[in-house]
Amino acid sequence: MDELENGRIELRGLTKSFGSPQGPVHAVRAIDVSIGRGETVALLGPNGAGKSTTIDMLLGLTVPDGGTVSLFGMEPTAAVDAGAIGAMLQTGALIRDLSVRELVTVMASLYPNPLGVDEVLDLTGIDGFAERRTQKLSGGETQRARFAIALVSNPELLVLDEPTVAMDVEGRHAFWSAMREFAAGGKTVVFATHYLEEADAYADRVVLMAHGRVVADGPPNEIKAMVGSKTIRATIPGADLDELAKLPGVTAADSRGEAVVLACSDSDEAIRALLERFPEARDIEISAAGLEEAFLRLTGDEEAA
Amino acid sequence: MSAATYLRYELLRTFRNRRFVIFSFGFPLALYYLIAAPNRNESDLGGSGISAPLYLMCGLAAFGTMSAMLSSGARIAGERQVGWNRQLRITPLTTRDYFRAKVVTGYAMALTSLLLLYAAGATLGVSMAAGDWVQMTLLICVGLIPFAAGGIFLGHLLTIDSIGPVIGGLTALLSILGGAWFPISSSGAMHDIAQLVPSYWLVQASRIAVGGQPWGAKGWVVMGIWSAAMIVLARRAYRRDTKRA
Repeated sequence: MDELENGRIELRGLTKSFGSPQGPVHAVRAIDVSIGRGETVALLGPNGAGKSTTIDMLLGLTVPDGGTVSLFGMEPTAAVDAGAIGAMLQTGALIRDLSVRELVTVMASLYPNPLGVDEVLDLTGIDGFAERRTQKLSGGETQRARFAIALVSNPELLVLDEPTVAMDVEGRHAFWSAMREFAAGGKTVVFATHYLEEADAYADRVVLMAHGRVVADGPPNEIKAMVGSKTIRATIPGADLDELAKLPGVTAADSRGEAVVLACSDSDEAIRALLERFPEARDIEISAAGLEEAFLRLTGDEEAA
Repeated sequence: MSAATYLRYELLRTFRNRRFVIFSFGFPLALYYLIAAPNRNESDLGGSGISAPLYLMCGLAAFGTMSAMLSSGARIAGERQVGWNRQLRITPLTTRDYFRAKVVTGYAMALTSLLLLYAAGATLGVSMAAGDWVQMTLLICVGLIPFAAGGIFLGHLLTIDSIGPVIGGLTALLSILGGAWFPISSSGAMHDIAQLVPSYWLVQASRIAVGGQPWGAKGWVVMGIWSAAMIVLARRAYRRDTKRA
């Protein structure tokens, strides 16, 4: 139990490849991640970055080709057997012919120290359909029930793999506030997402993955600055590119025919300065670079395959 | 931690699945009435001194219990399709408790099927000494061990699309080879082959009702080997089965 109290989550040199008709796919390439107790960490990356494979190895569902996983000083299977892990996997529906309450009750019964079923149904907003059979739930309701199953185990480590995919905006909001309430009890949470906003809003720390590697690891605002840059595009007759590039919040300026394109580290500051200096600017567009684009910039286009 | 709760809800869930229940129990019963009812007055089948309803009840007892047992494989394949096996794998539920729940549920299905068939037999005038009913039922239970493990094995090996035809075909084949429909001659190549398949001994168990003998040493050995092999295969299939569907 001491180990459980003090241990961290350590991924060391974790590597996994899969065979495919096009040759081996290097899903995860020697990643090192260390997560302290009580941290809420986002694994952020586009599809195919290796997030789900990493999570499968973390949970002991996939055996790594190389490297080690240690969960609070235990092997994944030992941590699972100790009831220390709760997870909401990316793919998966629920078994049929039980009500949501019954299903959550069964899952609670498998753990040494579960939360109360009513408490979890309440926390996850399931009161309205607790007595309904699982095969009659909508996509969003199914996700909530799956979250309830992960939560009721009262785990030391809660793992969520793209948990909000099938949820509407309201469902997402309720989901994250429940997650935060759970995390506030000193629990460790690892969640995978490809939404920068989710990682930024709900994680203490973001591990950025691309092409099976960790390309950045730090506080959300740092990561956001790296990948969340915006672009201002405007038509400014007679403007000088050098002058534009010196505007606050602008990192680079380029011309595209009549228009200029400004890459920004802080687009809010940049647009204010731009309009003050060039009131005649028109056709203004501000757009966010997509995650994919940002990753390409960070990783270069080497090994994009 | 209580595997008893898991078992209880597994049973509840199985018997709640109306379509599954109706087909699993209804099919052998319908088959029985279809064949036995028109011949209900045939009291001396082929000069054997055995009545047609009794003889057919024994054959269908083997067929019905075997298919009820193997059908747990189809339910497992369904659970795997929705990724439930992966969800269970990250709980502290042990392999032993998982298997126990599946096996007990399979036996519950098979025994319900068997009792319904006994009742159907009774409506067509079948009667036996109480000791024979008990002995037959107990030996059938033992004879179902390889099928219980085999169902779990197939469920973790096959997909939901392929398991239906496989189980259907296998049940039909094993029924014929085991002599559930037509008696196997008491000597010759066919008899030697039949004695190596588990369904033969399951049919023999049900033949206690028609004056057959309990298994001899050969029966116990063959069934012991099948049981051990199926249990090993089922465990291995379960352990390997952690991939995303």
